[in-house]
Amino acid sequence: MKKFLKLFFYIFFLIPFLPQVYAAEKVEYLTTDWSFKGLFGKFDRSALQRGYHVYTEVCSSCHSMKYLSYRNLAQEGGPEFTEAEAKAIAASFEVTDGPNSDGEMFTRPGKLSDKFVMPYENVKAAQAANGGAYPPDMSVLVKARGGGVDYIYSLLQGYEDPPPGVTLDDGVYYNKYMYGNKIKMSNQLSDGLIEYSDGTKATVEQMSKDVTTFLMWAAEPHLESRHKMGFKAIVYLIILTILVYFSMKRIWSRIETKV
Amino acid sequence: MSDHEYTPKSNFGKWFNDRLPLLTLANHLTDYPTPKNLNYWWTFGGILTFCLVTQIVTGLVLAMHYIAHADMAFDSVEHIMRDVNYGWLIRYIHANGASMFFLAVYIHIFRSLFYGSYKAPREIIWIIGIIIYLLMMAAAFMGYVLPWGQMSFWGATVITNLFSAIPLVGEGIVTWLWGGYSVDNPTLTRFFTLHYLIPFLILGLVVLHIWALHVPGNNNPIGIDVKKPSKDTVPFHPYIVIKDAFALLMFMIVFAFFVFYTPNILGHADNYIEANPLVTPAHIVPEWYLLPFYAILRSVPDKLMGVIAMLSAIFILAALPWLDTSKIRSAVFRPLYRQFYWILVADVLILGYVGAMPAEGLYLLIARVATAYYFLHFLVILPILGYKERTLPVPLSITEPVLGGSSNLAAARDDSRLEKLK
Repeated sequence: MKKFLKLFFYIFFLIPFLPQVYAAEKVEYLTTDWSFKGLFGKFDRSALQRGYHVYTEVCSSCHSMKYLSYRNLAQEGGPEFTEAEAKAIAASFEVTDGPNSDGEMFTRPGKLSDKFVMPYENVKAAQAANGGAYPPDMSVLVKARGGGVDYIYSLLQGYEDPPPGVTLDDGVYYNKYMYGNKIKMSNQLSDGLIEYSDGTKATVEQMSKDVTTFLMWAAEPHLESRHKMGFKAIVYLIILTILVYFSMKRIWSRIETKV
Repeated sequence: MSDHEYTPKSNFGKWFNDRLPLLTLANHLTDYPTPKNLNYWWTFGGILTFCLVTQIVTGLVLAMHYIAHADMAFDSVEHIMRDVNYGWLIRYIHANGASMFFLAVYIHIFRSLFYGSYKAPREIIWIIGIIIYLLMMAAAFMGYVLPWGQMSFWGATVITNLFSAIPLVGEGIVTWLWGGYSVDNPTLTRFFTLHYLIPFLILGLVVLHIWALHVPGNNNPIGIDVKKPSKDTVPFHPYIVIKDAFALLMFMIVFAFFVFYTPNILGHADNYIEANPLVTPAHIVPEWYLLPFYAILRSVPDKLMGVIAMLSAIFILAALPWLDTSKIRSAVFRPLYRQFYWILVADVLILGYVGAMPAEGLYLLIARVATAYYFLHFLVILPILGYKERTLPVPLSITEPVLGGSSNLAAARDDSRLEKLK
């Protein structure tokens, strides 16, 4: 019994070290008080809404988010815009639809069921417009990078003048958190770049935090219900385990053997 | 199983049982005499059955929504994660379930190694187990390919390319496996088909594994033969059932923690990037449970020899009942073997660690030493140990008090003492 409990203890003990096994390059990333971490972690609703603001104003001119639909913006556990707001957001985009009965493609205002409009027609067009580099789709970007949210948060604030001896080609920028330190995206954020409707001061740090929170939600839209269900499931399992433990003790007390 | 007499009480039961003895089987399973000193390491058989059923059930649901096509696989997985009702839950259970399955199977295998459960008369159980383990690795590898992320694609490329090491026909075999000249849509569709098939093969083998177990009965921590049924055994139901249930629930708590709070920790971030044949990831790493074998593969400089070493590392296990020459099963009574056992455990963990690291410099050196030791353990240490080791006296039965280090084996094996117990 004791050994068995020890084993479970070791497994839990090892969990925090697991990601480091895969991390070949060890970099210290910036971090902040993410509201969605921990057993009861939830998204900060206003951070999500601000983050969406940063995404549309800044990122969306190059980065697509092909797995998100406008309806997601009004969904529970997300930025939770009202349905009217989400409809207005959708309607502000021109969506290509068709073919109509004449066989022609046409444009119309976006609807809730539409996917986020892509900034480029295709990958080649995106590459041509960005000096050969494809701005990655941001739907699951947070999960697709080793450092996760901390990496994105750091990267956005990691632009620096290159140290002496490092020469950069045209259209390449120095970022101390980028793999190899060379990035084709220029520094996009500057203090006061956008104006938040809720009056929050749009510092680089604030915008980085907001947009990263938004990206985390985009990658894990069901994170809140996952955390909620997880807590219930684990509490249920613990209670059941205790009950079964005492039943087991009772049953085994019929014979002279420890269990 | 064959010496079992059972007559159902009801007339219908008798009628049915004469035609299909399902009730006899059920009775055998509930009454099955089990050594009463089984510790918690013996609960992993039940846990593994649970894992297999969980993988099959969640896998069936995923297959209803997944699209096995190179252009749509990644999208369909995101569709499952976002728009299918509780799709995220089912997929995370399935993905983490694979890791939990391997965690449990490694504990199960190392339990057998410690208590000598592979020795006569249980060689067939052991060999079926090794085949199940091989099939599990195949199923897990192919399953990892299905989301069609970067690690899926490049992992599939690396592993299938291993076959090109075979002289003369290697290249042809690789083309045949791929269904083309690179990993592409035909590869994905056949991997999906096989990934769907293999769990049912495993299920069949599990039935044989348990059947073969029920012939000699369970081994036990002191590794002696027990009379069945006797004072040394308890009926499977309710004693073992409730104990297995308790252990399973503990296991499920760990499982749930992974699924709900760190669902992606065991996967690689690159697998959330859609497969791109033109971009190779910086490090191609298999899932954690294959890392020790990956380390063995890379520690040999020659490709063909590397593949042979990796496969031998698995197949050597099948020969274990004959490589271990000791008559004593349990490591409890084998003081030297016990130490070598723990060295082997450490060796495999080290192999796993260096398997995740780049194959260069010190890591490569450690991998080579650890690989050499792995084979040394099975091919040299175990056969010699059986002859050289001075084992401790083994008790005659589970109920008999352990002979406190008495060297008087003759007295311990005196049949008259056994008579008194009856």
